[in-house]
Amino acid sequence: MNDAGKKRYWKEYQKNIANDDYYYARSCIRQNFFPGSEETFLKILRETLGKNVFDDPHQTTCTGIAYHSSIVPQQTTMTVVARQFSLMNEAGYKNFIPSCVTSFGIYSEMMETWGHFPETMEKTKEHLKAATGRDFKLPENIVHTSDIIYKFRNIIAAKAKYKLINKATGKPLNVVDHIGCHYAKIFPEKGLGGAEYPVVLSGMIETWGGKVVDYPERRHCCGFGFRQYIVKENRGYSLSNSKKKFDSMEPYKPDFIVANCPGCSYFMDRWQYTIAEMEGKTYDENGYGIPVLTYEEMAGLVLGFDPWKMGMQLHQVSVEPLLDKMGIVYAPADKYKDVNGKDLGKPLQPNNLKCY
Amino acid sequence: MFTDKLKQDVRFIEGLKACINCGTCTAICPAAQFYNYDPRQIADTVQNGNDTEIEQLLKSDTIWYCGECLSCKTRCPRDNTPGYIVQALRSLSIKEGYYLLSEKGRQQLEIKRRVGDIMLKYGYCVYVDEIETGYHPEQGPIWDWYRANTESILKKLGANYKGSGAGTLRKIDKADMDELHKIFEETGAMEQFKKLEEEGHE
Repeated sequence: MNDAGKKRYWKEYQKNIANDDYYYARSCIRQNFFPGSEETFLKILRETLGKNVFDDPHQTTCTGIAYHSSIVPQQTTMTVVARQFSLMNEAGYKNFIPSCVTSFGIYSEMMETWGHFPETMEKTKEHLKAATGRDFKLPENIVHTSDIIYKFRNIIAAKAKYKLINKATGKPLNVVDHIGCHYAKIFPEKGLGGAEYPVVLSGMIETWGGKVVDYPERRHCCGFGFRQYIVKENRGYSLSNSKKKFDSMEPYKPDFIVANCPGCSYFMDRWQYTIAEMEGKTYDENGYGIPVLTYEEMAGLVLGFDPWKMGMQLHQVSVEPLLDKMGIVYAPADKYKDVNGKDLGKPLQPNNLKCY
Repeated sequence: MFTDKLKQDVRFIEGLKACINCGTCTAICPAAQFYNYDPRQIADTVQNGNDTEIEQLLKSDTIWYCGECLSCKTRCPRDNTPGYIVQALRSLSIKEGYYLLSEKGRQQLEIKRRVGDIMLKYGYCVYVDEIETGYHPEQGPIWDWYRANTESILKKLGANYKGSGAGTLRKIDKADMDELHKIFEETGAMEQFKKLEEEGHE
């Protein structure tokens, strides 16, 4: 990469990230598909970093998936967003941290629209009052949850049990970072490093010993496409976009992929399985595929958390090849056991994709 | 006529400033790589303001191909956002009933049932209990294993599946669900859901 250009862009894209006292806005996709990741994030913030985070039971979906699939009017999304801010006000917090990249885009877009078209803000206030009796104030600071991990990446490095280094060779692991379109493409100034040189994940990777893979389709969309994935008949769009990325990254032999957005993490995991089953093609040398991690899982591994308590057994692409490369001590037999050690049985094996 | 209607949607105003027809949006667009789709042409059509052409667009599959990644917003050298224009066109197409004239437009009912109804039932836009590998074969055997052992697995991960209070996959309280429903009623989402159901049946 051109470092001079990177430095120039970086100067323009400074971002204020609050130091403590966060209001956590959970992600529908992350909770359902990576249900251990949000608990991992809270554990890192509270136990590793000693921060105060409020996990509010009253919040709901932000409606982002519905909004980008054009089934709800913009005012519906604006008013739901306003309600989330009202909940934050009620709880006495000012720093709003959404766990989902789509939500981060939604909150940012609604705030920008209210700024550009003040009449939409007035309308939202009326709607919120009429529907719930609530008022709301905007957050003072709004960042994606990964921005917090980035901010404290050096503290995490100081407390790390493992590095993103191949234990056998001593060389840095090759890591593909995928920041997700709505992290910085809608509002580049709201993403660390902007849309051209985003550093939110690469900063973590490099600080923790890994090497970032710069491949041609690095910034290409994972292919979610909202309605292009939700409707079964459209799903070829989603699969084709991910395949374009896999084909592009394959020559660089990535050891794993880390994604910012829960949707992207899910698609890049499951589409590898799909491609293996459809075409017999896998993107590693041994037929297991490239492990795909959420950034919480990556941080958790570095800190020495148990992969099976972070939910990494719920990936379709097995993570064991990565755990072994990092020299992580884990209990392979615990993968498919419950909290009391009872065996839950094993999932069926795919036809082509090898799994542990 | 259609231009005036589109201008009532702030996304149209935000999305179309002055398009110079450079095609940068099309070059970067993931949808343009896999569909017969050209966001530059969409911007050109609405900028020209020809009602007949806009009506054709509103009745076509074209406006439903965008994946709303918004890569076009980053790249446009004139600060246009074809993705926002498409959002406004889709909303107008639904309002006018033109979405029923295209195969892709008619999929709105499916999305309403797959996402809209789930939001109203659970307060989440997706929910583990409602996703099965029949409609989602890409979920793979790991999903069937997860579904067969949901409670045990989520307990191990420290989630609060269907529990009260905070936590991963908690049950959202009735009072909060009521507020969500009232917002949907107040802001026109319920009305739109009803429209999609009624027109979809016809």
